[in-house]
Amino acid sequence: MSAPDSAIRQTLADANLQLAIYSNTGRFKDNRVKAVAPDQLPEYQDLRTRAAAIKRHTLAFLDVYLLQLENAVNDNGGKVIWASTGEEAAEFIVKLAKDRQANLIVKSKSMTSEEIQLNERLAHNELEAVETDLGEYILQLAGQRPFHIVAPAIHMTRHDVADIFTEKLGVAHDTVIENQAMTARRVLREKFLTAGIGITGANFLLADSGAVVIVENEGNARLTHSAPKIHIAIAGIEKLIPRTRDLAVFLDLLGRSASGQTLTSYTSIVTGPRRKGELDGPEEFYLVLLDAGRTKLLADPDQRESLQCIRCGACLNACPVYRKIGGHNYPWVYSGPIGKVITPALQGKENNAWLPFASSLCGACGEVCPVKIDIPGLLIKLRKELVRSDPADRSAFRVWAWLMRRPVMYGLAGRIGRTLLRRMPLGFNFGPLAAWRSERDFPAAPSKSFRDCWKERKK
Amino acid sequence: MARSVAIFVTCIVDQLFPKAGLAMVDVLERLGFEVEFRSAQTCCAQPAFNSGYQDEARAVALHFIDTFADAETIVVPSGSCTSMITHHYADLFAGDSKTMERVNALTPRVFEFSQFLLGQPNLDSLAARFPHKVTYHDSCHALRELGLKDAPRRLLGLVKDLELVEMEAAEECCGFGGTFSVKFAQISGAMARTKVDSILQTGASHVVSLDSSCLMQLRGALSRGGHKVETLHLAEVLASRG
Ligand code: SF4
Repeated sequence: MSAPDSAIRQTLADANLQLAIYSNTGRFKDNRVKAVAPDQLPEYQDLRTRAAAIKRHTLAFLDVYLLQLENAVNDNGGKVIWASTGEEAAEFIVKLAKDRQANLIVKSKSMTSEEIQLNERLAHNELEAVETDLGEYILQLAGQRPFHIVAPAIHMTRHDVADIFTEKLGVAHDTVIENQAMTARRVLREKFLTAGIGITGANFLLADSGAVVIVENEGNARLTHSAPKIHIAIAGIEKLIPRTRDLAVFLDLLGRSASGQTLTSYTSIVTGPRRKGELDGPEEFYLVLLDAGRTKLLADPDQRESLQCIRCGACLNACPVYRKIGGHNYPWVYSGPIGKVITPALQGKENNAWLPFASSLCGACGEVCPVKIDIPGLLIKLRKELVRSDPADRSAFRVWAWLMRRPVMYGLAGRIGRTLLRRMPLGFNFGPLAAWRSERDFPAAPSKSFRDCWKERKK
Repeated sequence: MARSVAIFVTCIVDQLFPKAGLAMVDVLERLGFEVEFRSAQTCCAQPAFNSGYQDEARAVALHFIDTFADAETIVVPSGSCTSMITHHYADLFAGDSKTMERVNALTPRVFEFSQFLLGQPNLDSLAARFPHKVTYHDSCHALRELGLKDAPRRLLGLVKDLELVEMEAAEECCGFGGTFSVKFAQISGAMARTKVDSILQTGASHVVSLDSSCLMQLRGALSRGGHKVETLHLAEVLASRG
């Protein structure tokens, strides 16, 4: 499949959208830079090194730690559900909801459930799932998928939100953000109180304590996992870290990398259902551990590194391509640099073949990644696999490589090329040259190359 | 006796921007170096490496290694090509211990132009003068792989009557990216225009960089937009006497 050129063109031509993307990601980006600056966090680079090492270690022993996690969750009175596909995960949730007659489900903070299109699958079974985080809620009303992995509605203005609320909720048109938040809150409080199940994602899973860690700013995840009788957390198997004491390393990095926050407003460490003598919390707790291609990725030594991702979104904010084309032009819920890497790996390489090439390899993503994923390097490795199926391109590079090892021929080819360009400065308007000129001018070719000049100089 | 340096001018400077290469020679000679140009040189292999053609890249990289094996010091007017050699030849030849030995012997002697210059004791003898308002574009590989943020700015600081004004998006990619610039021309073009806006905001008459590929992209976008700002390689500024 090739890139959605016309959709991208539309995005690029939409001045309001461009401004929204560029300024919002820019704010996150600048805040991150300030938050990790040496005067704020002198140990930043050490933290990155440690975080990467912990993640690498965990992935190397994932089987061991996953079983440790399951035991710990059991000990806490919860239950682990192993789901090899999104379908399996959804099946379990549907069955549980039907069993417990919970027709209303509240949700918070879960890209993983977006990944497996849980809402659609639940709706299909006449179960109502309501997103409770403001951004996600707005998108659910609008029927859109997240635009950004941590700020899902980053592309919308308050005017857009006012339109959506008026249309979908029948409230008066109001563009004041605080009032919009109050409207959502009013609707959602009701849902929290009546929902039978709360579904959250997880930022981290702690193998030694069986705990689920959720960070957020709005407090909806807290209500979601504590108000309904049943809490289901759904997470990819790579969300694991071995020890509770390692959590500090990641919490130091996550908020700062995502938005420049030292710590997010709420950090919940959830250790399962309500215990004897406790006054609140859910009666039942389930942890759905999702594979959905991750074990295959784990087995690929070239691409395994991408499983280290903690979904902070820093690479999106730093990415000059994401900041132009936005989130919806990427084929899957995970957009930006990390999306370019994991979409081919988890959703199939051939039908996402364009993604790894849609990068200038500027390296901004790798520079900001708190767990040191070498995204540009992974993109090049993906390209290596993908070019196998492009014989014309391959032949061109073969000829090129032949020429580059024959200096005299190379010099001659250069001279011919430059002469043609000089004779017909606007000619040869096809292929790469036409593509270049569609956006910018091509420089005038000099009559002499450097090597020509050098020869004359030495005479 | 004058110390000698070999230069690797890169294919793009050789074919499209010879002035940048000549300026580099001029600067090196002014500092007292004897400059050697090995005519067997062609390309560093980056286009193939970045596009996923590792076999082709290896063949061309070997040609580079053969060409410069016995050179004592190699100076390159490009952050991107330097980084290809010093950082990515190791990726290309990982597992091939015989070639890796040659790579390891070669790479410590390869320097990006500004990196090399900053280590010289007699920079005053450059006597460069450039009475213009200039803004500097950080090329991605020079900045992120070679860590060259201060070096070019310090060198610009030595130039008489030059006023350096930083643009806000100095560290943002210009959108070139090799084949990306033509495979995804509309995205590449949009990135270039963002950069152009940032350049224009400074009111500078010239934009300077270490990489001719970025400058080609910026020049193309500037002239398409009808803007008068000129693009120059750092070597051209340092070679200038106003
Ligand atoms: S790849 Fe790195 S920067 Fe991007 S979301 Fe994941 S952890 Fe954050």
